[in-house]
Amino acid sequence: MNIKKILPQLLTLLVVILIFGFFSYNAQVNMENRGITFGYGFLSQESSFDVQFSLIEYDGSHSYFRAYLVGLLNTILVSVIGIIFATIIGVVVGIARLSNNYLINRTAAVYVEFFRNIPLLLQIFFWYFAALRALPLPQDTEPMFGFFFLTIKGFFVPAFVWNNLDVFIYSLIAAIISIIFVRIYARKKQENEGIQTPVLSISIGLLIILPILSFLFGGVDASVEVPVIKQLSQTGFTYEGGIKLPPELISLALALSLYTATFIAECVRAGVQGVSKGQKEAAASIGLTPNQVLKLVVMPQALRIIIPPTTNQYLNLTKNSSLAAAIAYPDLVLVFAGTALMQTGRAIEIVSITMLTYLSLSISISILMNWYNKKIAIKEK
Amino acid sequence: MNKLNFLQPDKNNLNTYLYTGVILLSLSIFIVFLNSFFNRDIVSFLPGTISFFLPLILGFIGLHLIRIEYSGLKFLDSINKNINTNNFNAFLSLIIVFVVIKSLPPLLSWFILDANIAGDSKDVCTGSGACWTYIKIWFNRFMYGMYPNPEQWRINLSFVALAFLGTIGFFATEKFKKYLTLYYVVVYPIIAFFFIFFFISGGPVFFDFSYGIIAAVISVIIGFFIPSKFKMYYFIIVPITVYILLKHVFFYEELIELGKLETLEWVETGAWGGLSLTFIVSFFCLIFCFPIGLFLSLGRRSDFPIIKYFSIGMIEFWRGVPLITVLFMSSVMFPMFLPEDMFIDKLVRVIIAISLFEAAYVAEVIRGGLQALPRGQYDAAKSLGMGYWKMHILVILPQALKLVIPGIANTFLALVKDTPLIFVVGLLEIVGMLNLAKTNPDWLGFAMEGYVFASVLFFIICYAMSKYSYNLEQKYKTER
Repeated sequence: MNIKKILPQLLTLLVVILIFGFFSYNAQVNMENRGITFGYGFLSQESSFDVQFSLIEYDGSHSYFRAYLVGLLNTILVSVIGIIFATIIGVVVGIARLSNNYLINRTAAVYVEFFRNIPLLLQIFFWYFAALRALPLPQDTEPMFGFFFLTIKGFFVPAFVWNNLDVFIYSLIAAIISIIFVRIYARKKQENEGIQTPVLSISIGLLIILPILSFLFGGVDASVEVPVIKQLSQTGFTYEGGIKLPPELISLALALSLYTATFIAECVRAGVQGVSKGQKEAAASIGLTPNQVLKLVVMPQALRIIIPPTTNQYLNLTKNSSLAAAIAYPDLVLVFAGTALMQTGRAIEIVSITMLTYLSLSISISILMNWYNKKIAIKEK
Repeated sequence: MNKLNFLQPDKNNLNTYLYTGVILLSLSIFIVFLNSFFNRDIVSFLPGTISFFLPLILGFIGLHLIRIEYSGLKFLDSINKNINTNNFNAFLSLIIVFVVIKSLPPLLSWFILDANIAGDSKDVCTGSGACWTYIKIWFNRFMYGMYPNPEQWRINLSFVALAFLGTIGFFATEKFKKYLTLYYVVVYPIIAFFFIFFFISGGPVFFDFSYGIIAAVISVIIGFFIPSKFKMYYFIIVPITVYILLKHVFFYEELIELGKLETLEWVETGAWGGLSLTFIVSFFCLIFCFPIGLFLSLGRRSDFPIIKYFSIGMIEFWRGVPLITVLFMSSVMFPMFLPEDMFIDKLVRVIIAISLFEAAYVAEVIRGGLQALPRGQYDAAKSLGMGYWKMHILVILPQALKLVIPGIANTFLALVKDTPLIFVVGLLEIVGMLNLAKTNPDWLGFAMEGYVFASVLFFIICYAMSKYSYNLEQKYKTER
């Protein structure tokens, strides 16, 4: 240990400590002047503001912590919807990019270039303020397929009314567990005897048959509640019954999935192109059928390239969902870092909680990703 | 078996198939064309569903008939090869062609035929098309925000001058080429800063900043005469000292007077806006985030544990949070951390926040390049007796940065696309101005035009940037 090694580190440490000390000293002075004390006790106080759209029961009499949960759940909801649609669109477009049909190829390329070169915020505004505002009023709406109503006030879809929902969920869980067992069994069988089991068709069959059995014998019963139009005032109409998806949610999910899908499409394309031609030829030359080549040789290698950047995109989508604040979709940032902050004035506590939430989300996902990468990495001698 | 395959042409009846196929295909396209452009449905005598699907069926059969391995006709072969390789492809191609034909007339009529651009009030927009008058009237605001009209030449002049100074590198002669890096890294940003400081702002807004820049310049100049042994400590200690001296001892009053520049009206940053603000924010963030990211990436690979973990912490923190919360932090939380009499301008806070945020992404990209270099490069440089900085500046970074050009370009693109977020702190660049104009009672109901206009602008900027980075990548590609 010589001085040349220690001095730069000490200097860095000193600068960091000085900056933090300066900041925290100022924060203390400022808070004293404003008469606030630092602490997280306010979380249990009554919030006394309302949130338009919430997944759990919430009104002004609940606590700030409950408001935080409402925001968090809304963020998760829009992220999950966005991730599902972005994956579907992204995979389709990515495969279309690889097509040797000129028209399909070009269409996919135009889509990718167009949507990823326009700022996400602009796209959200476009869908919310321009496109969805052109929809008809509730009383003028033509139903889609008889049950779906796409109006300026939101998308009204039928809701399921369940009897014995728990039995149905148990049957689903049973199906998933048995699928896991089938997979383990199939792998063992392949390792020992070299015989392949059609895992995919068995799993799909299990997923369909077990819930149907629960309908037939478990006493599960589902009926559909269709939205019905209702007059509020002379000119005000709305739909009752069913589920209402507010326009904020729709435009946000639409913009997020269309924007992120372009990046996922590029990941998919790079992944499939990344599998060398020799692999396919070698697989074909040992007598595998084209389906087997795809399933056993190409896909496992392509997925290894595709999954890490795609997870990154999922993470980006989740973080980008905070743009919801711009169109007043009540997500974590709007409810907590917006309304709750305005009411309590506790900037440091609230902003730090919000940042920590996102931070822990992304760090846990990246830890999961590192574990996964290690697991699927090609083991070299 | 051959007889069963009666829908496939062979060499005897080739022409029959060809002519039938081409006629069917043209007929189907003709039907759709008439339907969409002239609103004529020539197959309306058929029942509804059939007349709807008829073009598709006709075209599909037509494409099937002309699918010949080699016909000798160039056009036909290229169709077969590119859009008609099998039934599924033929079906998809037909659908795409029909959708394009169908969607052309409404798009054309909205954008051009039924659109209005004459006049200067909302009343001229009576047609069903777009109202470009709205864009025309508000164009000034979309470009310059609330910047006072008579002063706008200052923005124009600065941008023209900066663009000119920026492209000077292309015209430099061989003799000056070796100074280009120094020019772009040190001189150009300072010139740019002074243009904005004196010209666009015209007031003492960016004070502390200017002290910092002057301190950096002076210390770089003195730095050339310092023995390399002490250089590292020197560069940490001297700029801070010079900065403090400048601010509190030498120039305090004089610089304030200099900054006001009595002849130019002071325009506060709150009034800046529009596309010019987008450019200003992206330009400065781009300049600042690159060196910060470079140092973070070097720090992450450093042997010193404290520096290493500090860098890792910085990178992971900024990468883990959304930009909007960073901006929230800079606008509501950061003022709490400053002494009460100290005030940092909104725009400066935003630029610092975005720079730090993007620097973390740049750092990760550069780390990828550093990791991709083979160990032999490091060992070779060390065996020549190079120290840490010499090794990195002369051997490692030139190669590593070349490798990561696409990644850095993507980060810069993301930066440009992130600038609209500064609406969080109340700065209105072009998207913010659009939202403001949209709520003007005289101009309600033209949201679509505004967003289309801004989308086109952003598309042009970002697409040009991505193409340019692609060219750079091709230019600097080295065989390994």
